[in-house]
Amino acid sequence: MTDQPNNWTYGIDTSPEVADDVRYTTCYMCACRCGIKVHLKDGKVRYIQGNPNHPVNRGVLCAKGSAGIMTQYAPARLRKPLKRVGPRGSGEFEEIEWEEALETVSGWLGSIRSSDPRKLALFTGRDQSQALTGWWASQFGTPNYAAHGGFCSVNMAAGGLYSIGGAFWEFGEPDWDRTRYFLMFGIAEDHDSNPIKIGIGKLKNRGVKFVSVNPIRTGYSSVADEWIGIRPGTDGLFVMSLIRELLLSDQVDLEYLARYTNAPWLVIQAPGAADDGMFARDADGNPLCWDGEQGAIVNALSADAKPVMVGERTLADRRTAVPAFHLMVERYTNERYAPENVSETTGVEPDTIRRVAAELAHAAFKEEIRIDTPWVDWAGREHDCMIGRPVAMHAMRGISAHANGFHTCRAIHLLQMLLGSIDCPGGFRYKPPFPKPVPPGIRPTGKPDQVKPNAPMPGPPLGFPVGPQDLLVDDDGNPTRIDKAFSWEHPVAAHGMMQSVITNAWRGDPYPIDTLMMFMANMSWNSTMNTGGVMDMLSDRDETTGEYRIPRIIYADAYFSEMVAYADIVLPDTTYLERHDCISLLDRPISEADAAQDAIRYPVVAPDRDVRAFQTVLLDLGARLGLPGMVNEDGSARYPGGYADYMVNHERAPGIGPLAGWRGENGDLHGRGSPNPDQLERYIENQSFWSYPIPENQRFYKMANKAYLEWAVEMGFLGSSDPIIMQIYSEPLQSFRNAARGHGEIQPPQQHRARIDAYFDPLPMWYPPLEETAINTAEYPLHALTQRPMHMYHSWGTMNAWLRQITNRNRLYIGRNLAEQHGLDEGDWVWVTSHHGRIRVQVGVMDGVNANTVWTWNAIGKRSGAWNLKPDGPEAKKGFLLNHLISELLPTRDNGFRYANADPVTGQAAWYDLRVQIEKSEPGEDDATYPQFGGLKAPLPEGPGILRFGDVFRRLRGGR
Amino acid sequence: MTALPQNTPKKLGLVIDLDTCVGCHACAVNCKEWNAGGHMAPLTDLDPYGKEPDGVWFNRIHSYEVTDSEGRSQTVNFPRSCLHCEDAACVTVCPTGASYKREEDGIVLVNEDKCIGCKLCSWACPYGAREFDTDQGVMKKCTLCVDRIYNENLPEQERLPACVMTCPTSARHFGDLGDPESDVSKLVAERGGVNLMEELNYKPTNKYLPPRPRRRDMKSSPAEGFLEPVVSTSENPVLYWIDRVLSR
Amino acid sequence: MHPAFSVILFTTASGAGYGLMALLGALLWRGDLAAETTLQLSTLLIGLVLVTTGLLSSTFHLGHPERAWRAFSQWRSSWLSREGVLAVATYIPAGLLGLTLLFPEMVPLNVKWLGLALAALSLCTVFATAMIYRSLAPVRAWSNQWTVPCYLVLAVMTGAILLNAIVVSAGLIIEDIHLVTWILCLVGYSLKKCYWRFVDLDSNPSTPATATGLNHMGEVRVFEAPHSSDNYLLKEMGFSVGRKHADKLRKIALICGFLLPFGASLLSPVLLSFGVVLALAGVLSATIGILAERWLFFAEARHVVTLYYGR
Ligand SMILES: Nc1nc2c(c(=O)[nH]1)N[C@H]1C(S)=C(S)[C@@H](COP(=O)(O)OP(=O)(O)OC[C@H]3O[C@@H](n4cnc5c(=O)[nH]c(N)nc54)[C@H](O)[C@@H]3O)O[C@H]1N2
Ligand SMILES: Nc1nc2c(c(=O)[nH]1)N[C@H]1C(S)=C(S)[C@@H](COP(=O)(O)OP(=O)(O)OC[C@H]3O[C@@H](n4cnc5c(=O)[nH]c(N)nc54)[C@H](O)[C@@H]3O)O[C@H]1N2
Ligand code: SF4
Ligand code: SF4
Ligand code: SF4
Ligand code: SF4
Ligand code: SF4
Ligand SMILES: [Mo]
Repeated sequence: MTDQPNNWTYGIDTSPEVADDVRYTTCYMCACRCGIKVHLKDGKVRYIQGNPNHPVNRGVLCAKGSAGIMTQYAPARLRKPLKRVGPRGSGEFEEIEWEEALETVSGWLGSIRSSDPRKLALFTGRDQSQALTGWWASQFGTPNYAAHGGFCSVNMAAGGLYSIGGAFWEFGEPDWDRTRYFLMFGIAEDHDSNPIKIGIGKLKNRGVKFVSVNPIRTGYSSVADEWIGIRPGTDGLFVMSLIRELLLSDQVDLEYLARYTNAPWLVIQAPGAADDGMFARDADGNPLCWDGEQGAIVNALSADAKPVMVGERTLADRRTAVPAFHLMVERYTNERYAPENVSETTGVEPDTIRRVAAELAHAAFKEEIRIDTPWVDWAGREHDCMIGRPVAMHAMRGISAHANGFHTCRAIHLLQMLLGSIDCPGGFRYKPPFPKPVPPGIRPTGKPDQVKPNAPMPGPPLGFPVGPQDLLVDDDGNPTRIDKAFSWEHPVAAHGMMQSVITNAWRGDPYPIDTLMMFMANMSWNSTMNTGGVMDMLSDRDETTGEYRIPRIIYADAYFSEMVAYADIVLPDTTYLERHDCISLLDRPISEADAAQDAIRYPVVAPDRDVRAFQTVLLDLGARLGLPGMVNEDGSARYPGGYADYMVNHERAPGIGPLAGWRGENGDLHGRGSPNPDQLERYIENQSFWSYPIPENQRFYKMANKAYLEWAVEMGFLGSSDPIIMQIYSEPLQSFRNAARGHGEIQPPQQHRARIDAYFDPLPMWYPPLEETAINTAEYPLHALTQRPMHMYHSWGTMNAWLRQITNRNRLYIGRNLAEQHGLDEGDWVWVTSHHGRIRVQVGVMDGVNANTVWTWNAIGKRSGAWNLKPDGPEAKKGFLLNHLISELLPTRDNGFRYANADPVTGQAAWYDLRVQIEKSEPGEDDATYPQFGGLKAPLPEGPGILRFGDVFRRLRGGR
Repeated sequence: MTALPQNTPKKLGLVIDLDTCVGCHACAVNCKEWNAGGHMAPLTDLDPYGKEPDGVWFNRIHSYEVTDSEGRSQTVNFPRSCLHCEDAACVTVCPTGASYKREEDGIVLVNEDKCIGCKLCSWACPYGAREFDTDQGVMKKCTLCVDRIYNENLPEQERLPACVMTCPTSARHFGDLGDPESDVSKLVAERGGVNLMEELNYKPTNKYLPPRPRRRDMKSSPAEGFLEPVVSTSENPVLYWIDRVLSR
Repeated sequence: MHPAFSVILFTTASGAGYGLMALLGALLWRGDLAAETTLQLSTLLIGLVLVTTGLLSSTFHLGHPERAWRAFSQWRSSWLSREGVLAVATYIPAGLLGLTLLFPEMVPLNVKWLGLALAALSLCTVFATAMIYRSLAPVRAWSNQWTVPCYLVLAVMTGAILLNAIVVSAGLIIEDIHLVTWILCLVGYSLKKCYWRFVDLDSNPSTPATATGLNHMGEVRVFEAPHSSDNYLLKEMGFSVGRKHADKLRKIALICGFLLPFGASLLSPVLLSFGVVLALAGVLSATIGILAERWLFFAEARHVVTLYYGR
């Protein structure tokens, strides 16, 4: 109690020592993967800041990343492997040793592999090591592998990869520094959390017009110059109307279309024929186009073709064909897409549609920019500058989480192609290793003859089908995968369908499995639809045998999540500050348009618990099971050093490994090169990332830029340096449609034909979200959505002492008029009912929301006791999930068959197709949200009642 | 002593751009993170894993909806922290001298060793910038990161308030608002920065840049009348391009 | 504002105590009841007990009571500090007076002047207390011209009601005292009514729009608060009391705090033995009434910080 060290104004310590050690690694408070600078004092984490040198976040750090300390020290961290002792879902466990855990698991998996490998379903959720886990699954021999893409945003990935060879989802980015007009669809936060915020900051700074199309006006939309509060699920119509306006005023970049897209390619017009709607090709399989100078049909790929974009032509075989552009014009100039005619459905004023179209055209063509960097195109022709159409777009789950999301995503890419704004200055830019061929060359593996006991599969479980021949179905057309991905129900399910696994496994449809092994996905809670139902399925027993319907569940989590309670064996993972990880170009890259990039995590603090990194555990299991590639000839483990060992020494193809930087014996090679024993040291010296700038002349038109294409081949990004031609018209879709129309050996079972025929349109189409076509919309008039809170990552934010102070309960936000209609006030309780279920929640009233829409923050509601919170935590009592209202299956059709509640093309979970009604709840009902579930008791010590974090650092400084 | 310095040579403070702030809470959490172990450590959290978690924060992010006379509304995100007022009653009301404004740079601080925890300063602050640490029995508040901005142990370019350094949209700016030539002063002049609750005459140092007018109608659009329909829909529209020969 | 019991007890008890001592001092200055040493002593004692209880209770709401002494240091700028200094200073004349009355031979001091000092310091202390609230601009219900008079008059009034009871219990009748009590009850009554009329009609120039600097843009409504659970600000300053509830309490305050004591002090002198009972009843009633009044003084006061939360 003296005046020292502080006295009045002077003498306060303005230069305290912050840390005795600073380490650079990669954040994993979300999937954005920013670089972080971790300050350690006395072995404790004192402060985590953004790494100023890191290309992803340039020194900034979001709310989640800034709360990393509270995740690192959360009482919810698992401490030791657990064996279930109580019934599933009770959360009663006993701690066991790792050896026991691993022996048990490898015992189970060994017998599966030697009998029927399909009986292991490995689904890895929010996985940043899919290059490893996917490889592990095919070495094990099961097709039943996927990560979270199916319930996340496969529509964006597939929509992009089947159109432009890149995607909004992480494979490309707006040219923030040059664009003059930014159109954003359906984004609350995105994976690129920090880059988007940095970008929006730049736009604001440059006074660029920013338009946000979103039923809800929060976050990014709140700073947009213009907010278009569209009706959910109708963006496709809006975009097609924009396309119509641009076409009718000839504000499209024909040269661009002719050079870089398949717009001029001739499409066979022979209704009823097996190849109707396919591209006309020459003997060598080259697509054809009409050459206006020669007045003849020529190879559309030849550099000196002079294509005409419209007009009926007669093919050698006397059949007629028209260019893809021709078909596109005929479709979108149709009255049906006139602003007046889409305005009622979309809720967007015709004038607004016209104005946005005008502004897009103006920015693209009147505000054209030139970069005077000479470049050489694929055909060796030199260009003295790079022309920019400075219109940038970005879209995410507002588009993808609808059953019409794949086509809507394609429609947006089509709009970009028409404006010539893909990979040009000021437009949307590819991040290496993208662009890839459209679609990428990988095909899914898992056909009946590709799955054999004690044998690896000949290829990866996931890929990009281009026709019926690539489907994973048996001779009767039934799915061979447990999630029914790549079946006639969802042929282009490029990321699998994790959301269907539990339901299908429980129903034994298409077949029962033995073991469900999951990693990093809270599948009994926020990442599942029909949450209550799924919880029952996980703990449901077969009446006759008394066995669980899903016999064994193995789960790897780092924290006491809701899912942990349903596992028979729990494999406790490390935290992101305690382990090695690699953010690989072979997985979800963190490149930027101007540089190829990858990164690592390495342990910056030592675990204080008996936990192991899941990737290391997986390699250990692989070795115990003797999986090819994971053991040496003598049967010893191939990667005794665990994941770090694998990161350095694994080669997917000669010279190509998980990390592209500092390869070769002496670390002087990049991209391709033999393993370098010191690779990790080099990464750590370089602050845990590798950034390899692309030369100026390769930075744009990557799809047709000779120097870039050749460099990409060197780096192993591409197999050949042929130009990548974007597909306004998608032939793969037509080939599925033709099968549905009765052509080819492999045809869909009768019951699926109509659906395939309807939705496999080679040109982007719009149809109403599927759920609303199967229910009475008068009964369920409202759309119900969720949004990501910027400061919470799904379910994990809640265990974080700081983040949960910001949000620990959620409300259902409704528009002011709707509130008046129902006589509702802020904080009143309502019943929300869908065709599938009912919940009781509190409402919040706001202005900035589409009149037919209600919404809430995602994943705030928690099960009582989960995450090692006190049972009466507000997350459990006042928080809620919308998931209880969302069915994983569409309402029953006449024939009793139920499709997944997903996009018919890609199997993307249709979270945002949900329709509901609301009614005021009776007074007295309003104690807590409904439903409530039996509380969990964490097998962990309770958290502190008072948290004085930071006190210790002050004492170390000699303060009180 | 708690009399306020007549005129501080520097007026260090923040400028917050409400036109750019997306309300992400990064600044609030990063502030909490830095300061939890910083000059006023700890920033105690009560019941952190229980029913009503409540901790000490120096920066809080509100979100509002503003409706103009024509009934058009917009969302505005609003970070709130100490404004380091020139006429800081939070200082003059303090009976112990624990609450003070630095003569050299105008930063308003609390000397915890002197603080008796009477809370009067928090009553005197219109802006809710002071939060009482019940567990420690003393008043706490934004220090303008006084232990960062002069910190010789930090690299030059990182000698910034944590909230400013971390803001992903660069909506926060730090500098000397006493110097009309400083970047922040110019920014305030150019964007018409405002004081909060002017009517109370606390003379805040921090300034807020109001949202720019929205550009949501034709009047404000450069593209006015730009889109002229040229393709007729009476016959097949494709004919319009029939004679266009392109090259690859 | 959160009506903390310690602060309510402090302001009411010490108010009454200082009021009582102020009156005692005045009487001594005028040379009244020169003979009544016991009366003087007991009055002084009661006054000191009240004041001391108040001061002690005020330290209970401190985070660091053991540092309370530091509060004397800022008398140059802080009314709270001045209050502390004055409160302590008042003990000097009070103490000396006590000694003089007890041991006139040993401590032969001039009671007249001590009385004056006692009265002056007591009133100054109450004034300082009032100024603490008067000078808090963020609380409109406090930072107005009615706060100081209310505090002063209510202090002396409660003091008078007590003194009246003391005198009556002593079987005496001192017109001036009874008269002063009647008057103070009426003045206090009207002052409090004026205060309430003022705060009810007063419109706060600060609004959510000025608080956020968005005045030029239109009406500002809260969409989301920065935190889900109440924090210190809301617990300390977010307190609000329902209109109905407040009106009821206002009636209680007026009737018990002013009217009944007025009646009691009016009749007690004439009703002899029953008068004692009545006078004490008056004291009891005043206590209830003034506690209610003081509770409302805090509970009804809105702090501008609540504007940020739309409360
Ligand atoms: N209603 C509604 N539901 C949705 C969505 C929506 O928008 N609305 N979004 C959907 C989407 S896009 C997604 S991606 C899913 C996300 O949902 P999930 O995939 O369930 O993702 P999280 O809840 O973030 O975390 C999953 C698990 O990862 C664990 N975990 C965290 N860190 C680690 C670690 O380091 N190691 C290990 N082993 N485990 C860790 C957490 O404890 C948690 O149990 O939710 C989906 N669900
Ligand atoms: N802070 C934080 N960041 C995250 C996550 C997180 O949990 N927290 N999750 C990560 C994950 S897994 C994912 S998949 C990404 C998702 O990132 P986002 O795509 O931003 O995900 P959502 O929050 O679902 O945002 C969907 C937005 O689309 C809007 N929307 C809904 N339906 C429609 C529609 O029909 N049309 C239009 N135009 N808009 C619509 C919603 O209002 C919402 O604003 O975020 C990632 N980043
Ligand atoms: S966005 Fe935030 S949470 Fe995600 S990686 Fe970057 S800093 Fe970490
Ligand atoms: S960090 Fe920046 S954008 Fe985010 S809330 Fe703070 S000021 Fe706003
Ligand atoms: S904002 Fe409040 S605490 Fe900060 S200086 Fe002004 S009055 Fe004092
Ligand atoms: S709480 Fe501390 S700083 Fe605030 S007025 Fe009281 S003594 Fe001064
Ligand atoms: S200046 Fe420092 S203490 Fe103040 S709000 Fe910003 S980060 Fe927090
Ligand atoms: Mo996702």
